[in-house]
Amino acid sequence: MKLNTILATDCGSTTTKAILIENVNGKYRLTFRGEAPTTVEAPFEDVTKGVLNAVLEIEELSGRKLISEDNIITPQNSNEGVDIYVSTSSAGGGLQMMVAGVVKSMSAESAERAALGAGSIVMDVLASNDGRKPHEKITRIRQLRPDMILLSGGTDGGTTSHVTELADILAASNPQPRLGQDYKLPIIYAGNNKARDAIKNTLDGISDLDIVDNIRPILEKENLEPSRDKIHDLFMEHVMAQAPGYKKLMGWTDAPIMPTPGAVGSLIEMIAERDNISVVGVDIGGATTDVFSVFNKKFNRTVSANLGMSYSICNVLADAGLENVLRWVPFKIETSDLINRIGNKMIRPTTVPQSLEELIIEQAIAREALRLSFIQHKNFATSLKGVQSDRTISDAFEQSSSGMSLVNMMELDLLVGSGGVLSHAPRRQQSARMLIDSFMPEGITQLAVDSIFMMPQLGVLANIDKEEFKEDAKDASLEVFEKDCLIRLGTCIAPVGEVDKSTSMGYAELRFSDGEKQTIDLLEGALLVIEYPYKEVTVEIFPQKSIDIGAGKGEEIATTVYGGEVGIIFDCRNRPISVSDDPQTRVQELKRWSDALNEYPKEAE
Amino acid sequence: MATSYTPGLKVLKKTLFKTKRILPLKGNVHVDIGQDITPDTIVASTNLPGNVQMVKLSNILNIEPKDVENALKVREGDSVQKGEMIAETEGVFGFFKSSFSSPIDGIIESVSSKTGRIIIREKPIPVEIDGYVKGVVDKVIPEEGVVVKSSAAFIQGIFGIAGEKKGVVSMISSSPEEELHEDQITSEMKGKILIGGSFVSIQAYKKALQYDVAGIVVGGFNYYDLKEILGYNLGVAITGTEKLNTALIVTEGYGNIPMSHSTFSLLKDHDNKLASINGATQIRAGVIRPEIVIPLNSQMKEGENTTNDSNHGISIGSVVRIIRSPYFGKIGEVVSLPPELQQMESETMVRVAEIKVNEENFLIPRANLESVETK
Repeated sequence: MKLNTILATDCGSTTTKAILIENVNGKYRLTFRGEAPTTVEAPFEDVTKGVLNAVLEIEELSGRKLISEDNIITPQNSNEGVDIYVSTSSAGGGLQMMVAGVVKSMSAESAERAALGAGSIVMDVLASNDGRKPHEKITRIRQLRPDMILLSGGTDGGTTSHVTELADILAASNPQPRLGQDYKLPIIYAGNNKARDAIKNTLDGISDLDIVDNIRPILEKENLEPSRDKIHDLFMEHVMAQAPGYKKLMGWTDAPIMPTPGAVGSLIEMIAERDNISVVGVDIGGATTDVFSVFNKKFNRTVSANLGMSYSICNVLADAGLENVLRWVPFKIETSDLINRIGNKMIRPTTVPQSLEELIIEQAIAREALRLSFIQHKNFATSLKGVQSDRTISDAFEQSSSGMSLVNMMELDLLVGSGGVLSHAPRRQQSARMLIDSFMPEGITQLAVDSIFMMPQLGVLANIDKEEFKEDAKDASLEVFEKDCLIRLGTCIAPVGEVDKSTSMGYAELRFSDGEKQTIDLLEGALLVIEYPYKEVTVEIFPQKSIDIGAGKGEEIATTVYGGEVGIIFDCRNRPISVSDDPQTRVQELKRWSDALNEYPKEAE
Repeated sequence: MATSYTPGLKVLKKTLFKTKRILPLKGNVHVDIGQDITPDTIVASTNLPGNVQMVKLSNILNIEPKDVENALKVREGDSVQKGEMIAETEGVFGFFKSSFSSPIDGIIESVSSKTGRIIIREKPIPVEIDGYVKGVVDKVIPEEGVVVKSSAAFIQGIFGIAGEKKGVVSMISSSPEEELHEDQITSEMKGKILIGGSFVSIQAYKKALQYDVAGIVVGGFNYYDLKEILGYNLGVAITGTEKLNTALIVTEGYGNIPMSHSTFSLLKDHDNKLASINGATQIRAGVIRPEIVIPLNSQMKEGENTTNDSNHGISIGSVVRIIRSPYFGKIGEVVSLPPELQQMESETMVRVAEIKVNEENFLIPRANLESVETK
């Protein structure tokens, strides 16, 4: 069956967003969108009311009847309704999990990766060697009341005592689920297969126990898929079923409801696989910042639970330190006043920056939130720890070992930002600067932002299992992602290596589609932009012998890059980007960089 | 597009206040529907399972896990006393015995012959829930708790610290613009709820702590001073569990900001009356605001409510407070609500309201307005 109309919603903590995708002349496009406040909490306590309000907005804008008797019309009936309806959800705090494993850096870390990959917030990671005493672990489990627990530990056939001890701790704490007192907490066991009977004996009565294949069957292999799938199933069966109105919503959708970050991650993974590229995606929200990456075909997701732009903005200040925020602010400001202002944003999270000064401060904080989130991500996205590898004499001179970060900025092809501060910055140049300053891409990297944060809806659409829709749904998701979701900012070209200050790092020759040529001298410390739309540009770069642009030190590169709403950005600032400690020099540097990209209106200076 | 302005904080002269008093685990409810209660009445109680001690007995006695059961002199479910010998090995010909004494009073919860561990659970921890306000039991939720209702004046703050307190309202500042100074706090204020105007300093709050003042309600406080009170940087606005004798409720925000006139005058109307306050705040999904509840003598019926509930959005003529720089704290009247998006100095395109403040008109993003009082 050919899909012609698709309705997708994302029920967020505060807003429910709906999009309508239609097949227009053989191509899928986003045609209308609507939004309304989420209605999970009192006085409504029924998520479907917010969904219907958001869909009603689309109905009014499109003139297409989508709702009948408080129900979404599906399947489509001539000019009414849609072929399919899908949804994601992070309302009511999303999916909150606790994970446990025997060794913190091995099975516990694999369990954490599985839970995060499924779209969960990981409230705590318990491990036999985490330094806490059993009663401390028990107290912690009782306090947290997660939605579910993932227990792992041991390789298949190995020793069982440690993982059964962990089960003893879980049983002693008699964990209660977060939502409601009338059902048992789901626990997934994904550890040593030899310990299954012992685990059943300990946990079966006090919890709703599910057993899946071991997450680390052997040390050298991580097997996340069975755990991730089970988490999604239980999210639907238990967590969603307890949240107000979700049973009704589940009855409306043509595919299981996915946790919002799980859907986003899945889409990013799909794009990386299709285009065979390395991708980093970031979603900076009010309370949390999610970072997704695919390097060497390995997907990773981290959630920085207390780094965000409103609810947890003060935490960014606390973690980053005032000096690190102020280094991005190109004017003098009374610090006590600044701290109170940031505090007021935390307690009144929906306010928006009216003055330019407020906007610049908010974007300075965003840089630090993004930078810290990415550091956390790089530390988590590593190769498997504890794995022995054969070393030859040539390896003896390399420091590489197990547990190395997979994130290699020189290999990064695409950096996608989303979240209000990036997607809705008044000028796209501001989004580009925030991404570059905080992620510090190296070599050649495409930059983009998600226009209206529709990646969740596209992610769930791409995951439809029903055979009759599967192919079309995936096509629709990827086509809309390319045409309507991503706003291409351009390409960042960042040579890396040491040369004297303000001396040449090499030069670049650009050849545009109209045949015009331009040569750029790459001066250390400079930031400059060639304005050019999202079209191909041939570029040849000739770096100095100490400089790497992606092919190795001193190696030339000839490739094709794309412009965008900002253009082609040459960033010759050192890595990591450092800002002068001297206030006067710092302000001058910041203004020079801003001017180079036309980042702010001139009156600001 | 959905409109969104920050809902105003409630400042209600008279309302039917209801609060759920629920146990953390199922237990016993001690009151009936319709029963009069005071803030101190215990409405429900339960026992939380005691803490557990996990003991790796096989290691301590130097035996195999499978032999632990034989060494134990007690069985699962048995009570044990601190210092009581509960396990002993046979030794060699009766010599070289190893033994183990219970480190706590408790009950043997489980014994594992797989891991060699035993779990001893301490005595249950009793938990009691009080009524919080003077009122009547409106509903009993069997085994879980009650809903208490009370005809009361009700005020919400924007941010607070420390949990539930009760005391007599005591006006200290004479106007909403006046700061509450350190030298105004005396030892006679023990157990009272002090009402200030625009600001309380860290020194004044610390003096209130010293004199066991029940609470301070004030317009503003410095965010950066919270660290000195709490001992850590408050990264997210989730509070209520701080072990502090003096609750602090800030009605307007961080900095020196005059208290809203309606809030100040309502508190003044109830000077010397008993109030219940709660500094607990959660600015996240499931928002919780700090509150001041002052029970009234006259009773109200269901559905009856008096005016001044400012949660009905903003319309022309509404009196609003600007809640973000550059005009933070100013109060004005809505003159018009242009439907088109307008560009701000930051170049952000937003829906705005035209506000008249002291005969001067400003365009302010609607998201930066809070309805504080209605005419």
